[in-house]
Amino acid sequence: MSSKIASQVFYNVGSIDLSVVIDGIDPKRHTELFTFQDYVIVGNPADLLQTNSIILSKGDADRMLTAIGDVIQVTTAQQGNKAQLKVVGYYQSGLADFDNTNSFASINTVQKMMGEPSSYLTDIQVKLYDFNEAPAFASEYRDIFEIEADDIQTVNAQFETGSSIRALISRAVGITLLVVSGFGIYNILNMMIYEKLDTIAILKAIGFNSSDVKRIFITIALSIGLIGGAVGLFMGYLACLGIERMPFETEALPTVKTHPVDFKYYLIGGIFSLVTTYLAGFFPARKASSVDPVDIIRGKRQSNPYWKQKTSISLSTIP
Amino acid sequence: MEAKNIDKSFYNPIETQVLKQVSFTINRGEFVSVVGRSGCGKSTLLYILSTMDTDYKGELLIDEEVITGKSLNYLSKLRNEKIGFVFQFHYLLKEFSVLENILIPGLKLGRFSREELEYRAMEKLKIFDMQEHALKKANQLSGGQKQRLAIARALINDPILIMGDEPTGNLDKKNADFVFNIFKELAAEFHQTILIVTHDPEFTEGTDRIIEMEDGKVIRQ
Repeated sequence: MSSKIASQVFYNVGSIDLSVVIDGIDPKRHTELFTFQDYVIVGNPADLLQTNSIILSKGDADRMLTAIGDVIQVTTAQQGNKAQLKVVGYYQSGLADFDNTNSFASINTVQKMMGEPSSYLTDIQVKLYDFNEAPAFASEYRDIFEIEADDIQTVNAQFETGSSIRALISRAVGITLLVVSGFGIYNILNMMIYEKLDTIAILKAIGFNSSDVKRIFITIALSIGLIGGAVGLFMGYLACLGIERMPFETEALPTVKTHPVDFKYYLIGGIFSLVTTYLAGFFPARKASSVDPVDIIRGKRQSNPYWKQKTSISLSTIP
Repeated sequence: MEAKNIDKSFYNPIETQVLKQVSFTINRGEFVSVVGRSGCGKSTLLYILSTMDTDYKGELLIDEEVITGKSLNYLSKLRNEKIGFVFQFHYLLKEFSVLENILIPGLKLGRFSREELEYRAMEKLKIFDMQEHALKKANQLSGGQKQRLAIARALINDPILIMGDEPTGNLDKKNADFVFNIFKELAAEFHQTILIVTHDPEFTEGTDRIIEMEDGKVIRQ
């Protein structure tokens, strides 16, 4: 739990006033709970413990042409109190709009600036071990304390929608690829069975039953899946090693310096490759197991219903 | 082996009865040949006797056991254990070596360990004077060698019945004689029943018994 005061102020830059919000925070708690230090790109959150110090957003600092150690003049919006604050650091959160209107100071500094007693607070931020419980907690606190309580999901609804749609697209592409490759394997096995009709017939003649033949072809399909999956994952791993090193610096995600790679997807990929090849192998294997050895050995393939279904060249296709 | 009143018809494109009330008994250790003009139904009869074709009327007994109406899996097991096949075309598996081709039915049966099977397979190859080819691939052999290998494969599980559909049809005189002598020896010394469908009059002369067929009926046995 971390307490906070949001105060509306103006920066006085020469004759211009910039309207911003200064968040009064407890630097130690805020750092512990919300990894504040990751967003402070120059300086240290602990510097806020000195009275009358401020960590400016990078955007504001650039606009006001201030440097570390400079003193800026602010006026509070409600009371009109003036105060002088020393710049001890810059921060960048990744949300440009938020950055342009927010700066951080300690709770004490803000209380003094506003002329409020030390019991004055505007917000209490609560961090849960499992953030999925946030909506339930929010509504519970709303009822118990009769306050306004927002959960993280509601506050970040836009972001959530974006990531779920991205996940949906990448999964749809993945499934499409698997289905296409599954059909490829299906065709290969179908042709293979046509080529191996004699072998299937003789295996059956010397005492292999239908399920043995089916097992042989499913084993072939699964080994294609296993070897293909392993080679594919290895190549993907090599590609990921490269991508992982690729610089990926964006203002939106200040803590991420290279492309993020999540290796748990390798497991999913491996399992899916096996499932796809099993399904692709199952139907050709079933056809193979129904081959009648007598028809093959006597050379009467036409009488086998399996081969009747095969597409043939029709007269209309001959130029 | 006994066949009782076997009828068989093909329905494609029109109903044609190829076997009419075929009945005979073959005793253990007999060397029997089935002869007749082409189209008289002798191959059809062989495939029914081999248990691979189950679509017939009548009753078939092998080793004093009724085979008609048994499940396909049971029949596969029976073929594996008690029947050896030699076809006109050798039907070897070209991916495997000579030795492995012989081993396959034995490994399927699982009566012996792999080492023991390899030893037995080598013994069979020695009968056919092929032991030096054991590690070659099956498709590196000559036609006669392939046919001898196919017979060796039929023998690996010591079947009580060996069936052949024109096993010497593709062979020259020398190889055909060799194959014939092997069959003769198997019947005489190991009391294995041998049933061969053939066109070759020379081959038939040497057998113990001739079943002659004409137009789907047994006319002389």
